[in-house]
Amino acid sequence: MRRDGGVVVIGEDVAEGGPYGATRDLVAEFGDRRVIDTPISEAAVTGVAVGAALSGWRPVVEIMFIDFITLALDQLVNHAAKARYMSGGQLRVPLVLRTQGGAGVRSGAQHSQSLEAWLAHVPGLAVVMPATPADAAGLLRAAIRADDPVVVVENKALYYEKGEVADGALVPIGAAVTRRDGRDVTVVATSRLVGEALAAADELAAEGVSVEVIDPRTINPLDRETILRSVSRTTRLVVAHEAATIGGFGAEVAAMVAEEAIDRLAAPIVRVGAPFTPVPASPVLEDAYLVGRREIADAVRRVLRW
Amino acid sequence: MWLLRAFEERVSELVGTGEVSGLVHLSIGQEAVAVGVMDALRASDVVYSSHRAHGHFLARGSDPGRVLAEVMGRRDGLCGGKGGSMHLVDREHGLLGASGVVGGTIPLALGSALVARDAGRGDVAVVFFGDGAAQTGHFHESLNLASLWSLPVLLVCENNGYAEFTPRSAHTKVAHVVGLAAPYRIAARVVDGNDVLAVLDGARELVAVCRAGNGPALLECLTYRLRGHYEGDPAKYREATELAEWREKDPLLRFAPRVSADEAVAAEREARAMVERATVFARQSPFPDPRELTTDVRDPLRNVNG
Repeated sequence: MRRDGGVVVIGEDVAEGGPYGATRDLVAEFGDRRVIDTPISEAAVTGVAVGAALSGWRPVVEIMFIDFITLALDQLVNHAAKARYMSGGQLRVPLVLRTQGGAGVRSGAQHSQSLEAWLAHVPGLAVVMPATPADAAGLLRAAIRADDPVVVVENKALYYEKGEVADGALVPIGAAVTRRDGRDVTVVATSRLVGEALAAADELAAEGVSVEVIDPRTINPLDRETILRSVSRTTRLVVAHEAATIGGFGAEVAAMVAEEAIDRLAAPIVRVGAPFTPVPASPVLEDAYLVGRREIADAVRRVLRW
Repeated sequence: MWLLRAFEERVSELVGTGEVSGLVHLSIGQEAVAVGVMDALRASDVVYSSHRAHGHFLARGSDPGRVLAEVMGRRDGLCGGKGGSMHLVDREHGLLGASGVVGGTIPLALGSALVARDAGRGDVAVVFFGDGAAQTGHFHESLNLASLWSLPVLLVCENNGYAEFTPRSAHTKVAHVVGLAAPYRIAARVVDGNDVLAVLDGARELVAVCRAGNGPALLECLTYRLRGHYEGDPAKYREATELAEWREKDPLLRFAPRVSADEAVAAEREARAMVERATVFARQSPFPDPRELTTDVRDPLRNVNG
């Protein structure tokens, strides 16, 4: 925001900092002209951000919980994502939509979802999912500088993670990172499950299993090369995310690898994801719903046993 | 007005010959609204349109040949054939978008108005929509936002009495759309939308309100579409007597006494000649190269920062 006066933040309670403090203190430095609090009107507010982007600003619109993106999808999907294409390239929409998803906070089915696969299916949108503080900053910075709309999906459970963040660093959109090198199995994991995959890899190392962990960081456009290179070497693949397995982003990764490298695979691909239910509120049920290191480790053992 | 009429009669013919395909919504009978409002604007204002868009573009100065070529899916169309009738854009003329989603452009105009307010040059944003859009959440959320932020946006409702196939009375108990302005403390006027001078007078007054920083404003233009909702709609939901009554109130007939018979004949002749030239231009324009399919959109296989 210091670099570009056209960058504005707009959304519900952004001046107050939001429920997780993501925009805390911005208004003190940039004022209410650039940190714009809005009524609870997700559809129109997202449209306002798209219109402001069409008129030259670089708005960062916040949807407080990804669950509420349903209300903003017309503007995001029918307008922001398509304006450049439908106009034959006359228009650009340098819009960032920041939101957060994920379960684990006992808030039930309408404040806990993982809906990123919907968005990754829309031509014209990029979707990034940071798993570390450095990526949260670096991807957001890259998203703000991109000339087309980018959806940044954070995970609420990760807001309490601490990590080094280099000043001004950019993390390129569309570039995966290998979080851990390994020989036996590739685990492609997103967002909160990156840390879970690393924990599973530690556990499996004690069993003599070497796990490579890849964090795509951007789920569309997907860095296929990094994944294919790894799988070609390890010959085994597990894909893990918090969202439901059915129709999830993992299905895209699995299909892509099957199309491009099935001859390199020594075992069927295994997906780790949530059961196909809404997110329950009760702690006992939610714990049963959530997948993590145990499910990833079990999946790795399965592909190794095959 | 004669140009708009001649142009859309030609589009109707081209639907008949199969040269125009897809859903096409004509504004025959509503020409006075587009012409009257555009005459009240200046070049630096921005305009958003609706699914019934051709007249707005022509009245704002878009080249008829390029509009027709777009409606015909040709390469020299405003959007290279990618937008079509419902998604016209002409950035050079400050026409930043039409939308096939009823009410979808209303918040976009607020976004452009927010940028204009901030720039402080007195520019306004204008958005055209039908009475059907007045029942959408986009409209109601936008009334509140525009009012709350005192945005320089002129909301132009083309009230033609029908939302798609259904009369207004079946959709709302609010007799006039301007009835919704008072609760939000928005300046509003109802004008005879078939009287171009009444529209111009109303638009001038309300544009001045917006330019002075006292926006937003709502202009309701009472009009009637003499064709169906889309070309091919038999419009059996309307009585023949109703149609006949409105034919008497045709905006071209209404305006005719304001000019001499010679002037009227000359205007119509010139309009028809322009439409002939536009038709020749559009017919001669090739269809887009199939390779254009994947341009003007993010490449899913490539990093998007470049």
